[in-house]
Amino acid sequence: MNLKKIFSTLAVASMLVACGGNDTSSGNSTFKIGVSGPLTGDNAVYGNAVKNAAELAVEEVNAKGGIQLEFKIEDDQADPEKSPTAYGTLKDWGMQIGLATVTSGAGAAVSQNYADDTTFAITPSASSTTVIYSDADNTQSYKYVYQMCFTDPNQGVASADYLKNHTDLGSKVAVIYKSDDNYSTGIYQKFMDEAKKVGLDVVSETSFDNSSATDFNVQLKDAQSKGADIVYLPIYYQPASLILTQANQMGYAPTFFGVDGMDGILTLDGFNTELAEGVYLLTPFSADAKDELTANFVKNYKERYGETPNQFAADAYDCIYAIYDALEAGKATPDMSNSDLADLLIKQFTSMTFDGITGSDVTWSESGEVSKSPKAVVIKDGAYVGVED
Amino acid sequence: MAKLKTAFLGKNRNCHLCLGLVIIAYIVIEVLMYTGSLKSLFINLLVPVTSYIIVALALNLVVGISGELSLGHAGFMSIGAFTGVIVSNVMATMISNDILRLVISIIVGAIVAAFFGFLISIPVLKLQGDYLAIVTLAFGQIIKSLINNTFLGFDSNGFHFSFITNTVTLGTGGKMLINGPIGATATDRISTFTVGVILLIITILIIFHFINSKYGRSVMATRDDRIAAQSVGINVVKTKTIAFVLSAGIAGAAGVLYGLNFSTLVPARFDFNQSILILVYVVLGGLGNMFGTIISTFILVLLPELLRFLADYRMLIYAIVLIVIMIVTNNPTINQFIKKIFRRKKAEGELNND
Amino acid sequence: MDFLSFLITGLGLGSVYAIIALGYTMVYGIAKMLNFAHGDVIMIGAYVAFFAVGKFNMPSLVAVLFSVLVCTLLGVLIERLAYKPLRDASTLSVLITAIGVSYFLQNAAQILWGSDTKIFPTMFDFGNISLFNGQLQISLLTLITILVCIVIMVVLTLFINKTKTGKAMRACSEDKATAQLMGINVDTTISITFAIGSGLAAIASVLLCSTYPAVNPTLGSMPGIKAFTAAVFGGIGSIPGAFIGGLLLGVLETLAKAYISSQMSDAIVFLVLIIVLLIKPTGLLGKKISEKV
Repeated sequence: MNLKKIFSTLAVASMLVACGGNDTSSGNSTFKIGVSGPLTGDNAVYGNAVKNAAELAVEEVNAKGGIQLEFKIEDDQADPEKSPTAYGTLKDWGMQIGLATVTSGAGAAVSQNYADDTTFAITPSASSTTVIYSDADNTQSYKYVYQMCFTDPNQGVASADYLKNHTDLGSKVAVIYKSDDNYSTGIYQKFMDEAKKVGLDVVSETSFDNSSATDFNVQLKDAQSKGADIVYLPIYYQPASLILTQANQMGYAPTFFGVDGMDGILTLDGFNTELAEGVYLLTPFSADAKDELTANFVKNYKERYGETPNQFAADAYDCIYAIYDALEAGKATPDMSNSDLADLLIKQFTSMTFDGITGSDVTWSESGEVSKSPKAVVIKDGAYVGVED
Repeated sequence: MAKLKTAFLGKNRNCHLCLGLVIIAYIVIEVLMYTGSLKSLFINLLVPVTSYIIVALALNLVVGISGELSLGHAGFMSIGAFTGVIVSNVMATMISNDILRLVISIIVGAIVAAFFGFLISIPVLKLQGDYLAIVTLAFGQIIKSLINNTFLGFDSNGFHFSFITNTVTLGTGGKMLINGPIGATATDRISTFTVGVILLIITILIIFHFINSKYGRSVMATRDDRIAAQSVGINVVKTKTIAFVLSAGIAGAAGVLYGLNFSTLVPARFDFNQSILILVYVVLGGLGNMFGTIISTFILVLLPELLRFLADYRMLIYAIVLIVIMIVTNNPTINQFIKKIFRRKKAEGELNND
Repeated sequence: MDFLSFLITGLGLGSVYAIIALGYTMVYGIAKMLNFAHGDVIMIGAYVAFFAVGKFNMPSLVAVLFSVLVCTLLGVLIERLAYKPLRDASTLSVLITAIGVSYFLQNAAQILWGSDTKIFPTMFDFGNISLFNGQLQISLLTLITILVCIVIMVVLTLFINKTKTGKAMRACSEDKATAQLMGINVDTTISITFAIGSGLAAIASVLLCSTYPAVNPTLGSMPGIKAFTAAVFGGIGSIPGAFIGGLLLGVLETLAKAYISSQMSDAIVFLVLIIVLLIKPTGLLGKKISEKV
């Protein structure tokens, strides 16, 4: 046995060094854009949405004939331990510009890598502050990592303000959040801070985690017994769908109010979409928007992948176009070093205004935070409909 | 008796084999890194692989040498890792030398994990067989839940702590050390491969020293025949406790090395699956076989990464590899065949020597 | 009133754990192995029922039977392919193989059906019954779950004690070699045990998903671990033990969630387990292990 093991070790070792160290990008004619995201595991839906939309955008850009892009996505299973190795694989491939990661936890684990290697990255959907800031006070940014999506706190603040200004939806609020999710707790904390500030009446705060993400009886009973008529759900749509189902079983019918993670609930396999009627959500993207950019994107995406794009897809699509705009405006060439490219992109991103499908007049601060406005959307007759203010 | 004799004589040889393997591997890797011909993917994996090897060795001490099935070793890793994060952060302003900070963190992490190992060993070692295994599983889960609900911050006024709900408010310049289920974020990544290898070498020396000591022999005697061991006056509980605590401490040290290698560390990472994964390394490497453990861990940690080109199918292939290895290595005909080949080779070798 | 309602929810959850735990305990009793892939058989059962109802529009009861059939075959297949070659191997080798099978099933499910959660269709809509002037709402489904569990228990006990196959199973669990000498086909008996355990897993999956309607490839892991714990709680190898262990665990978990902390409920359950094992080292109804000198 031992001999066999030694041989296999040697074989493994030879694979590890086979083609290392020769990937420096001189003589390239394309910009290599890399990202890691969950392609397998619980969150594969998000990774695949980003993959699809980014590939679509890259093809469109390349078809224009100017700047040529090349795109690669590596699987990180949304795992902070796997994303550094996925980053390593991308680096070996010769990545020049990154879309960082699809999810927050995995993202926070590689932000320092991007900074260390002076490679520019803009994440489509890793919305936590920990992805762009290295400290708890959000004062020290990594400088190389930008976001296309809202930072979580902004969503929480916006939600609380919206509820305060729209008392017709209800006045007593219950919150159910996911305690082991960066995204959810981030929004939850800022929502609570803002709720206190504007005097929103929060009567019930309950949470769940990954191991208890199927049973919401206790949380819903708490909300119901305290008379909550709004249930705020700063969570992704899968657990939200279960909450809607179980609330229905209990005969509890408050107004449910979600955030951008709620997007996707209508396409969930097996979910009775009637239950989602009247659910509100704040999101920067709605697939039914009438402007030309969105309509085109939705049409092409549907044709190619047979499904309606969600917000992750929209953000990824915008990322590629934002990079494209910046590269063109900065007259970048593919033979530039990563750090020269990064300097150029940072200069562009902090000065440009970008019009995309997730918002117009989008700008970025020097710390990488995006500024765009969320829209309130309500689900009516099985579709997202924009709410007029 | 003859078997016992060869096993005993073989021990020192095994120790040298392990050390030789580690040192050679280290030199090769360092040279490759120096010449820049190592993939970044692999460089990023060096510290985790080293940590897993150390934990696997620690677990083999319990499962292979002491003969008790533990399904909760990830828990000790977790304790070590988060202790390490706390120590390293608190000392960040006092000690600027990263290596020194890492070493102190490892020592503290190992001591804390060993202490928990001692606490847990009190009930655990009263039980036997599968019941013991389930209690270690339960402890692993409890540790995960506890850390999952711990909110610990640190600022100029010292530590701030809350449990289950986060009520920690920090002054300016404060830092959340453990933020409940989100764990530790923005940790300084101070673990280095060299320190990892030194820790690995120390681990090997400690484990073999233990195996060859009076306690080690008592533990193995107990494993092979508990009643006979008791009847010759061996304090079964005491010897097993020593092995268990030692193993927990080493696992904790590996946890520190692991934890300080990532800027983000979530408590849920050290779950039941993680414990099982480490157990897989040990069983595939061979119970009580430290050399085999080092090699099997190395291969199995890298395997999913090397199978990346298979995309979705890689974990499926990994599962099949596991099952097939188990069936093949336990097949009497194949075992006989392998033995025969080796015997012939040996015989040929001896002939050539003549 | 809330207490009563939580208690009934807990009993419902506990019944599901009990049915799953039966699978663990029976296999352990005969094959002396911890079948860690059992939880993943539940997952497969849930997917089969999901597609049977959602895509092929089978009537609910037919779908359940279909799911039971598929899981039974799967259980026997797993036993024949993966575990049978290891009959004489060490327990640890078998354990690792079971883990391999578990990984295999999870990843196969992910490749076949994707990793996103699917919502289990409402197969049985019984509604609620309301007691004490509507102060207490009980889902009829929960009551039926408890009833199904009791029926399974009774039938299984009769089967083990009264039928020839049942006696053969007990004989194998006592002493395989002697059983073989008495003319019992050990291989067949073990296969039957796996078949029954896996069939029960399919029933458990439908009950579980009717209450908590999320279907995904890792659906079986947590209930699997909990049910395994329940089996040990009651004394592994003992059928009434699995029943009592399952119910206790379900109630304990639900009450801990409701009254102490939903985040700490798992820790509390496992803590109670440790305490029980310290007082009764072989579980509530487990046999004493007598050491032979």
